Amino acid sequence: MRNRMVVVEGSYAVAHAVKVCKPHVISAYPITPQTHIVEDLAQFAADGEMNCENVNVESEHTALSLLVGASAAGARTYSATTSQGLALMHEVLFNASGMRLPILMTVVNRAMGAPINIWNDQQDSISQRDTGWIQLYAEDVQESADMIPQLYKVAEDEDVLLPAMACMDGFILSHVYEPVILLEQSLTDEFLPNYSPEFVLDPKNPMSFGTFADPSTYTEFRYKQEKAMGAALKKIEEVALEFSEKYGRYYGGLIDGYMLEDAEIVIMAMGSVIGTIKDTIDMLRKEGESVGLLKVRSFRPFPADEIRKALKNAKVVITLDKNISVGKNEGALCTEVKACLYNNRDASAPVIGFMLGHGGRDIPISTIVKMINKAKLVEKGIFIESEFADLREDLA
Amino acid sequence: MKLIIKTVAKPGSSNVNKTGAWRSFMPVFDHKLCNKCGICAMYCPEGVVYKLENGYFEPDYEYCKGCGICANECPKKAILMVLEGK
Amino acid sequence: MSLLKPGHRGCAGCCDALAGKFVLDALGEDCIVVSPTGCLEVFTSPYPESAWGVPWIHSLFENAAAVASGVEAALKAMGKMNNTKIVVIGGDGATMDIGLQAISGAFERGHDLTYICVDNEAYMNTGIQRSSGTPMYASTTTSPAGKASFGNPLNKKNMPAIIAAHGSPYVATASVAYAPDMIRKVKKAAQIKGPTYVHVHAPCCTGWKFEGSKTIEVGRLAVETALWPMYEMENGEVTAVRKIKNRKPVEEYLKAQGRFRHLFTMEGGAGEIKKIQATADWNVKHFGLE
Repeated sequence: MRNRMVVVEGSYAVAHAVKVCKPHVISAYPITPQTHIVEDLAQFAADGEMNCENVNVESEHTALSLLVGASAAGARTYSATTSQGLALMHEVLFNASGMRLPILMTVVNRAMGAPINIWNDQQDSISQRDTGWIQLYAEDVQESADMIPQLYKVAEDEDVLLPAMACMDGFILSHVYEPVILLEQSLTDEFLPNYSPEFVLDPKNPMSFGTFADPSTYTEFRYKQEKAMGAALKKIEEVALEFSEKYGRYYGGLIDGYMLEDAEIVIMAMGSVIGTIKDTIDMLRKEGESVGLLKVRSFRPFPADEIRKALKNAKVVITLDKNISVGKNEGALCTEVKACLYNNRDASAPVIGFMLGHGGRDIPISTIVKMINKAKLVEKGIFIESEFADLREDLA
Repeated sequence: MKLIIKTVAKPGSSNVNKTGAWRSFMPVFDHKLCNKCGICAMYCPEGVVYKLENGYFEPDYEYCKGCGICANECPKKAILMVLEGK
Repeated sequence: MSLLKPGHRGCAGCCDALAGKFVLDALGEDCIVVSPTGCLEVFTSPYPESAWGVPWIHSLFENAAAVASGVEAALKAMGKMNNTKIVVIGGDGATMDIGLQAISGAFERGHDLTYICVDNEAYMNTGIQRSSGTPMYASTTTSPAGKASFGNPLNKKNMPAIIAAHGSPYVATASVAYAPDMIRKVKKAAQIKGPTYVHVHAPCCTGWKFEGSKTIEVGRLAVETALWPMYEMENGEVTAVRKIKNRKPVEEYLKAQGRFRHLFTMEGGAGEIKKIQATADWNVKHFGLE
């Protein structure tokens, strides 16, 4: 395996994976830290390595709107964006999902302004969780790249047909150089079928897309989207296993566990911080601590059943959120985990929410240890609902 | 009604909507005055003034909304807007 | 048989329906139509009904040019373009205001598509609010005439000039009141490679306040008073104009519509009408209409 690895920038690995999946139309607008992905794709096209239309648009709103038209015409499509760009696309996100167009977009997670900040947190994609897009969060560069063919396969499935965000932490995964296996063309040609939707814009079989639905029909469109997310729950697991069998790489399906089965303290998180958590767990386990990790890979659809099962034996649960819902004093993962446990008798551990890493603030092992120690205070009757884990006292 | 998930609708499915029920005035075509210029058919916003085999024109009253453009534009004044009974 | 099917919910005498019909008459079956949000889109597509006999897509209000760019890119990439014409049919609001960015991008990139702007000079579908296409002194719901106002105090944005400045090979103005001319121009625009543009005057009986039967008559008056100059531009130069034989004073056009009635009843209205006449005179001189 080692002799198939190359050391490349995370963005390059992702761009290469996109190339291998053979999209027909790519349309993106540059914004840090997504830029290297679109630049690498432009270079592939300029070198004749891609048979696609790569359109340099004038804004993110247009980038995604262009893909709405392209996808409706039957093309496999790709875009990438982050932060302000994703926010600018907000109404188009609803539009793409409502029209059931399986567009794939890498979101290179970055903080939202104001204040303007180019570094990593997950506020951007988390803020879009109601728009009807599938959201998977990658742990490392290899997963960021391998997620691309997996998401195409899930999104284009005829029972799903929803657009998807492949989320990867900005700079931490996009600009890091890691040894990876570049996505294999021959395996992918077998793994990923062509995109062939039932209805396309075609003068030989004219159909009208994007009609308006009055109160007598609108609800059922939303219901069908929700059902499609239900189908996606199964499909994400299936595809992850299929991928593992073909390529020999596995990152979990909807969730994944690390030293989870007997853990009394379970840490839940999404994205690149998983790596640091695993190192922390290794360290603490040597000291006899009963601590484990529940990685949430799929945030939408939200894997409530899987999470409930995984937390059955936990005594206390810690959630890490690189986002905040201002006014709730909580991150989204915390809120949604608590909600899915609330009516359930099987898993009833207290959930302690920590928000951290905003605007790219580094998360060292010491911060994770600090959170675990705070969680242990539950035994003494000290319960923390939700707080910032890395607040600077000198600035607060 | 089977819902098609892409919010797609079949072409021409609007013809279930019989807009002829909208009108108060109906156009009456007098072929004796007509010179077959076709202006009535050209400027009908519904596209429901049809050329007959004999070259004269008649509207499809199932859809005619009675807007009166045909009567207003006819160079021979061969179309009269008549208040519909009922 | 028109490709814009009957049973749509346009007003009796609707100018947008006429425009849609003429565009499809010009293009035939081998086209894909993109519409932004607006009257034409709403009254032709209440699910599960659709009046469109050709493939059609509506996405959002300001992105029709972007969506059309995507359809074009997709057909090119999949090798399915053939002779299919990609056309946007959108209103003045969606084209000149909220959609200005998208149309600018599409024309700058040079996609092979045709953009038809159906200009009824206000945001009609939302209730007759003012747009950058609203002419001087027209009364709209957001620029109403009142005791202290003569209505919209601004001139129309010169959209054909903006598009020509993007390097479009063909830009033309047309009117639903001159159907054979409009159909000819749309056909020509569609045949020319690259992004082409036809700006169509569309008198709206509901918004401009006149009887539905007068749609064509009002449209003719706009052209005959030189308030709506009819011309074609190729590669930035005006190459053809429709000359006016017996130019009428602008009063004849203005008094036919309720949206200008205040100019005839308010004190000082006559002076304001002179300003509108000056616009018409400028058009005559600039385009050589007489």
